[in-house]
Amino acid sequence: MTKSSMARKESKKLPTPAKMTITLHVNGVAKTLHLAPWTTLLDALRIHIGLTGTKKGCDHGQCGACTVLVDGRRINACLTLAVMKDGAQITTIEGLAKDGALHPVQQAFIDHDAFQCGYCTPGQICSAVGLIGEARAHSAEEIRELMSGNICRCGAYPNIVTAIEQVMSREPVSRPKESA
Amino acid sequence: MNNFEFSRATDVADAVRQIAADPGATFVAGGTNLIDLIKEGVTKPSRLIDITRLQLNRIENTSDGGLRIGALVPNSDLAYHPEIDKRFPLLASAILAGASPQLRNMATTGGNLLQRTRCFYFYDTTTPCNKREPGSGCSAVDGLNRMQAILGASEHCIATHPSDMCVALAALEARVLVAGRNGERSIAFADFHRLPGDTPQIDTNLNKDEIITAVELPPNGFPKNYSYLKIRDRLSYAFALVSVAAALEIENGVIRQARLALGGVAHKPWRDREAEAQLSGAPATRESFARAAETVLREARGFGDNDFKIDLARRATARALSQAANGTPQSQIDKRVR
Repeated sequence: MTKSSMARKESKKLPTPAKMTITLHVNGVAKTLHLAPWTTLLDALRIHIGLTGTKKGCDHGQCGACTVLVDGRRINACLTLAVMKDGAQITTIEGLAKDGALHPVQQAFIDHDAFQCGYCTPGQICSAVGLIGEARAHSAEEIRELMSGNICRCGAYPNIVTAIEQVMSREPVSRPKESA
Repeated sequence: MNNFEFSRATDVADAVRQIAADPGATFVAGGTNLIDLIKEGVTKPSRLIDITRLQLNRIENTSDGGLRIGALVPNSDLAYHPEIDKRFPLLASAILAGASPQLRNMATTGGNLLQRTRCFYFYDTTTPCNKREPGSGCSAVDGLNRMQAILGASEHCIATHPSDMCVALAALEARVLVAGRNGERSIAFADFHRLPGDTPQIDTNLNKDEIITAVELPPNGFPKNYSYLKIRDRLSYAFALVSVAAALEIENGVIRQARLALGGVAHKPWRDREAEAQLSGAPATRESFARAAETVLREARGFGDNDFKIDLARRATARALSQAANGTPQSQIDKRVR
């Protein structure tokens, strides 16, 4: 062991886990939680709230399985601390269906067989909902580029793109010019 | 993750006060790199100071005709901002070449500057690394070094800076505005990041008690003749092997002004003023671009696995300059290099 790592071990007194009280508005329902500050939003959703639809894939922001919408923007829940989202509106895969009807993106994934094992699917669908809201993608090529944060190890990409195209063709979108 | 205290800063002065009060504390904003580093045990902060509620999220005109970008402006908002799109398309292109839409929605302008290298050995806490554990040695010099630096490296560290955005900011001569206990100061972009030397654990010249408040762009964004060309192992969502930010001003076929910075090749965005000076006054031709590319790589050195990057960087530089001169910047959607 090097001198500095020994010094760190000796001086490193772990703080008493001081929990914080926060409120997350998850799928329209206010949830008050008492959490250690190092709890990720992903673990808060899955473990503390019990919504296990959001998946933990890599837990390092590389796979996109944990994608949720926070205040309408798609983000990686695994790289976000829950305490930093106190008061935020969070939408997970469980919150997309309304009054018993699937969200158009969910329906399109079924229509086009856009998954095999399904593990990446909640993240893919939340990411696609975010993508459509951003209105930056207007072609299959742009969908592929702007869905690159979601990995599918089964390789269902062609059908995922087709499913998203189906939804986009039905939703009027404004067309800002390409900035790349 | 290790246990840490957590507090929120109410304004810049409060943030500076809090960071000065706890030597083991660090700021957190987007968290896209920091949270990962904490999970991996590479960084072990005693306290995270949440700065996301500070009012640093505006993009404003400066009195000299440039733009001031608040440190908390997310990467995606910056890339798609109409003024950036119109006046600084090189910056928009570089941002959109990096990470994923989710990460760009989270990552901030200030945080992008402070992200750490993605060197495998820096992340692998079972191996020596001078950046993570000063004095322990560099595993990359004789290890897997395909992604590592070919310029400005030292025997102590051959890591690269991973940012795309910073390569464009270097070429555009941005300035970094910071606030600390001793007041505010402005740092030229070229002086913000450091070469590794014998202190690779120190990435930047930001002091421990300082916070980035904004990044300022001077008026000239080279909107007509620019290109950000990024070469990587996958077509999207991968760090650069080599990237090039090229910006030119051309009059009657003659280059009036040139800016050239490379990413993925050094411990900091690699801007080469000698190559820029060589281009200035030269005809905008392939021969001029090839000569500038030779100049940029004149002191390049490979470490085995990454030897190929020298030739790759030379060709990418010449190509990016051609794209800029032709007014055909590299698309970040269609990745074919033309």
